[in-house]
Amino acid sequence: MSVLIFIDTAEGHVKKASLEALTYGVKVAEQLGTTAEAVVLGTTQEDLPALGKYGVKKIHHVNNDNLNHLDAQAYTKVIAEVAAACGADTIIFSNNVNGKAIAPRLSARLKAGLVAGAVALPDTSQGFVVKKNVFSGKAYAMISVSTPVRIIALSPNAYQTLAGEGTAEVVAFNTSADAPKVKLVSVNKASGEVPLTEAEIVVSAGRGMKGPEHWGIVEELARTLHAATACSRPVADAHWRPHNEHVGQTGFAIAPNLYIAIGISGAIQHLAGVNRSKVIVVINKDPEAPFFKAADYGIVGDAFEVVPRMTAAIKKLRGIA
Amino acid sequence: MKILVCISKTPDTTAKIAFTDNNTKFDVNGVQWIINPYDEWYSLVRAIELKEADASTLIHLVTVGAADAEPIIRKALALGGDEAIRVNTDSHDSFYIAAQIAEVARQGGYDLVFTGKETIDYNGSSIGGMVAELLDLPYISLATKFELAGTTATVTREIEGGEEVNEVALPFVLSATKGMAEARIPNMRGIMAARTKPLKVQEPVAVDALTSVSGFGLPPAKAGVKLVDAENVEELVRLLHEEAKSI
Repeated sequence: MSVLIFIDTAEGHVKKASLEALTYGVKVAEQLGTTAEAVVLGTTQEDLPALGKYGVKKIHHVNNDNLNHLDAQAYTKVIAEVAAACGADTIIFSNNVNGKAIAPRLSARLKAGLVAGAVALPDTSQGFVVKKNVFSGKAYAMISVSTPVRIIALSPNAYQTLAGEGTAEVVAFNTSADAPKVKLVSVNKASGEVPLTEAEIVVSAGRGMKGPEHWGIVEELARTLHAATACSRPVADAHWRPHNEHVGQTGFAIAPNLYIAIGISGAIQHLAGVNRSKVIVVINKDPEAPFFKAADYGIVGDAFEVVPRMTAAIKKLRGIA
Repeated sequence: MKILVCISKTPDTTAKIAFTDNNTKFDVNGVQWIINPYDEWYSLVRAIELKEADASTLIHLVTVGAADAEPIIRKALALGGDEAIRVNTDSHDSFYIAAQIAEVARQGGYDLVFTGKETIDYNGSSIGGMVAELLDLPYISLATKFELAGTTATVTREIEGGEEVNEVALPFVLSATKGMAEARIPNMRGIMAARTKPLKVQEPVAVDALTSVSGFGLPPAKAGVKLVDAENVEELVRLLHEEAKSI
């Protein structure tokens, strides 16, 4: 028996969410009294033995050009082979974009119970029970998995990465991966910006900004904090900001360490996308804005005055002139 | 072309979330039910647009649920779609539901199966991938754009910090998210037409669920907001640095 962790890469580099899954999987193995092994698919520039510092001892590398880009169907087959070869009874994914594509397929293929969006370690005192968020973070559910093989897809930002010392043994896993049926045509990534779903800090603004031309102070605060920018649904619907910045029930659900909401009233649909943030700061000129009820810190005031002051105070704190 | 669109019934986005029976069941008391927004606004509406572009397209809707799901499936038919299939069962877990949908898909021989990226109650993001595996078809998740030329589709999907464009031949399964289409409201003609559109009820295939819910809970309430004066923003920054340790 072993725990197998899928390590997801983008352009050959390991994603932050996968390091969380790796740390989590190592802990699950410890809890089950078994070993943690990992699997990496496709060509990578990453120093794989160095991933041993997260506690994993063995990494299976399927270095096959057919696996350089996600085709969930081909990936699933190969991961199922690796899982069988190392006798894995628990398989860990990050519940990130690729995890959401692969983990359900693997679940159906292996008839292995899946907990998608886990937020805590399994409770193994009575069976195998994993906590996950439901109702868009407004509640949680304890999911009991009774199948011989189980799959956990860990919610991004729900488990802290922990690095220590160690080197992993990397072994080549040879298999004939199918040619991908899903072909990559192009990638369109905003370079130099912090991806919203991976950001530790998110600066978000709403209709209170009165128009897209006023976003400069929001972006300046985000830059100062190395934060990602986000927005509310009305702002995305009005095309003030791109829809890939929309957080909320029907946009992205995020869980950063710090969420700063500027000029957002805090409708229940918006809260559903951000309520897993560890600390919430609300800046709004309306003291009755419902968002204050969900906030840790708040300022009742005019964003156009408060936000530049905040940027200046952070620069001062960090010794930036 | 034949498209199967999966429709799920979920509590309204503003529904009060509470539990009964010693926190093992969702409290449906007073809850308004809606079509899961991802199924409706993005997946179904995009399928309707494809039919508008090519009138020979057939759209079938499928839902897995008891008779109380019928108002939802009728509402979906009012937006568009030719007929609906309800698999008559209480849903168990996502694998159970996916197995029912896969069975309907096998019988119908569809070129495309559309799902929403997740339901807003269980947030599983699992049905599309499971259906695709059960049918041994390609799967593209989190699709934001879909264009079709002959039998090849060009699909844009979300990735960390951006998007990528994929190409894949029919048949396949996708999950749709924001960007695929704009929300619509059913018009009177649609509502009238929906009343007479075929709604077939079929019994489920025997499948074992892989998971079960052993209990629900609500997150602990926030301690309350600490307000800082707008003239004293430096104090907020100090609190975030020293107390919350978040900057």
